[in-house]
Amino acid sequence: MEPPVLSVRGLRAHFVTRERTVKAVDGISYDLAPGRTLAIVGESGSGKSVHALSILGLLPTPPAKIVAGEILFQGRDLLKMPPSELRAVRGNRVAMIFQEPMTSLNPVLRVGEQIAEAVVLHQKKSQAEARAKAIELLRKVGIPHPDKRVDDYPHQFSGGMRQRAMIAIALSCEPDVLIADEPTTALDVTIQAQILELMKTLQKEFKTAIILITHNIGVVAEMADDVVVMYAGRAVETAPVGELFRNPRHPYTRGLLASVPSIYERKERLEAIGGQPPDLGAGDIPGCPFAARCPVAEARCKTDDPPQFSLPGGRMTACWKAEAEGAERTHRFAPVKGAAS
Amino acid sequence: MSPTPILEVRGLKKHFAARSGLFEEKATVKAVDGVSFSVMPQESFAVVGESGCGKTTLGKLVLALERPTEGSILFEGRDVGAMSRAELKAMRSRLQVIFQDPYSSLDPRMTVAQIIAEPWDIHGLHKNPAERAKRLHKLLDDCGIAKSFLDRHPHEFSGGQRQRVGIARALALEPKLIVADEPVSALDVSIQAQVLNLLKDLQKEHQLAYLFISHDFSVVRHLCTRIAVMYLGRVVETADSETLFNDPQHPYTEALLSAVPVPDPAVEKRRKRILLSGDVPSPLKPPPGCRFHPRCRYAVDSCRVSDPALDEARPGHAAACAVLPFKDRRSDAALVAL
Ligand SMILES: Nc1ncnc2c1ncn2[C@@H]1O[C@H](COP(=O)(O)OP(=O)(O)OP(=O)(O)O)[C@@H](O)[C@H]1O
Ligand SMILES: Nc1ncnc2c1ncn2[C@@H]1O[C@H](COP(=O)(O)OP(=O)(O)OP(=O)(O)O)[C@@H](O)[C@H]1O
Ligand SMILES: [Mg+2]
Ligand SMILES: [Mg+2]
Repeated sequence: MEPPVLSVRGLRAHFVTRERTVKAVDGISYDLAPGRTLAIVGESGSGKSVHALSILGLLPTPPAKIVAGEILFQGRDLLKMPPSELRAVRGNRVAMIFQEPMTSLNPVLRVGEQIAEAVVLHQKKSQAEARAKAIELLRKVGIPHPDKRVDDYPHQFSGGMRQRAMIAIALSCEPDVLIADEPTTALDVTIQAQILELMKTLQKEFKTAIILITHNIGVVAEMADDVVVMYAGRAVETAPVGELFRNPRHPYTRGLLASVPSIYERKERLEAIGGQPPDLGAGDIPGCPFAARCPVAEARCKTDDPPQFSLPGGRMTACWKAEAEGAERTHRFAPVKGAAS
Repeated sequence: MSPTPILEVRGLKKHFAARSGLFEEKATVKAVDGVSFSVMPQESFAVVGESGCGKTTLGKLVLALERPTEGSILFEGRDVGAMSRAELKAMRSRLQVIFQDPYSSLDPRMTVAQIIAEPWDIHGLHKNPAERAKRLHKLLDDCGIAKSFLDRHPHEFSGGQRQRVGIARALALEPKLIVADEPVSALDVSIQAQVLNLLKDLQKEHQLAYLFISHDFSVVRHLCTRIAVMYLGRVVETADSETLFNDPQHPYTEALLSAVPVPDPAVEKRRKRILLSGDVPSPLKPPPGCRFHPRCRYAVDSCRVSDPALDEARPGHAAACAVLPFKDRRSDAALVAL
């Protein structure tokens, strides 16, 4: 496989205030190759969005602080790059689309102007060229009559059209990496299907690598090549998508997959995970953060924090149960080689 | 003779005055535009459809929180529109609601005990403290709420816990029908499963009927035995749940089911998806003829002019389409090519 375009290594991002420290991201590592899709799943509050904002340098610092880790873009650490070079990468080589397109589009600017602005900024084109490019991009993302709709304001677009416009802006510079944070959560399923199809088509055309953040397990099954499962700020399992569904190794992943209802089968009971995820600001929990809800936890799970265990096939699980099978240990904060590659 | 439905809705319409366009022309939103169905005692009946199709408005009409523009609602065989104030109050104790948003639907100044017991105060019930405590504890047990929560306030709880409190409150008056408007949409999947299991258990134990409003087919399949699919203020298909999932007859239902991502990569790889073009049209200007025709892959000329009625072509299975139902389909229309 091609060398990764993006590698995240032992990333930790905390929110530090006088009262408390929220360990929002506390150990996540993966490799992402060109043209591939990596899905990041996990409960609400598990650190998915904070991780994405760290890559783009969009976290408010303070209170946020990148405590440790590397974010290698084409081999160079974004966390050590001088600001001028960083600007050329972020929003240009690495672009992002957010869950709520209305809040990320400027309501007083015409949609076309906003796309053209991105084009002018990153590609040094003239205004006229930029407008033509904006129309072309709107056509590409499936907006009907793009030559007319280019002059509409965001509120004249429906939710699905706004999300298309956001994708058009993100794609205006043909980024190498596209981070999509819950891109379809606010949309109806028929519109979601259109947007996911669009992302797949454009990915083929531009060889874009996609990081797809979602809590929708069905969307993961449809879109992902590889998956990182997050719990309480950490990556607890990493695997190719087929393997993850066939043979989930972390008890949280098993619980998560079992609790999802499907239109294909009617289960008498869903297998719910009891209890609640921990409060990430309540101080360090001894042992594994999932132990309190884990159906197979042993005594040491409540006292010893599990390391990450590498498994065959580029997989990783952060569960003590893997040790019995002789899996190789790595520290959660250390650079991990081969995760999800 | 068949038993009396707990809820019967006949030709129900709710139109709102609205303004639209540049010149603020007067317009009408036909939020609910001719809906009929009935729910039997202890049945879980789902209303499914995309955003803006009129589900919440329908729920509010059933709860008598909105007055219908046209049509009637019968609760246990009696016309709600003709009820006296006292009769309405009595009905409200037998008809309860669970809302989508567990954050805004509970009064933040009240304790959990006060929230759950408030309906008893309103209806002057169970005034004896010992009896009240006993009932309260039973509700907590049934809904999986720890006793230590009783004196705490809603903001101290997670979404799933708050939703349990909302459910306990809805059960306080021992209702026979619960209208649940997207009760698990705001919850994480692992918590959603807890609440869905709870709703299922409570239905058995308390002999409840549900009018379950949702945009999520997978949730509906798990909980409900009959389903009505709505599109732009109308019901376009009704059937029992298994029939609807295995043999949808309306082109919209077919496309909707094919658009739901399935949590199984092996299935997803083999699946054929029917992509609908365009957005859901505005209910301010529903298309003439069949409302679905601009997005329909089967539409013929007559669909542009004549509005199909909901036709019960097979017992218990009705669809509002002039072309597709119970005829041969295009071969590529199969939901999954297994
Ligand atoms: N500005 C902030 N200050 C303090 N804590 C924060 C801040 N932003 C996020 N957090 C905390 O960081 C943790 C991770 O949040 P994050 O938004 O990454 O979760 P998420 O996995 O994206 O959840 P969701 O699925 O709900 O979007 C949460 O506990 C959150 O409360
Ligand atoms: N009070 C009102 N005044 C004017 N229009 C209204 C009013 N209430 C609802 N509507 C409109 O009626 C239509 C149906 O709304 P409703 O809330 O019933 O949809 P819904 O199916 O519940 O959607 P969602 O899935 O987004 O909750 C929408 O177009 C909405 O804007
Ligand atoms: Mg998030
Ligand atoms: Mg609604």
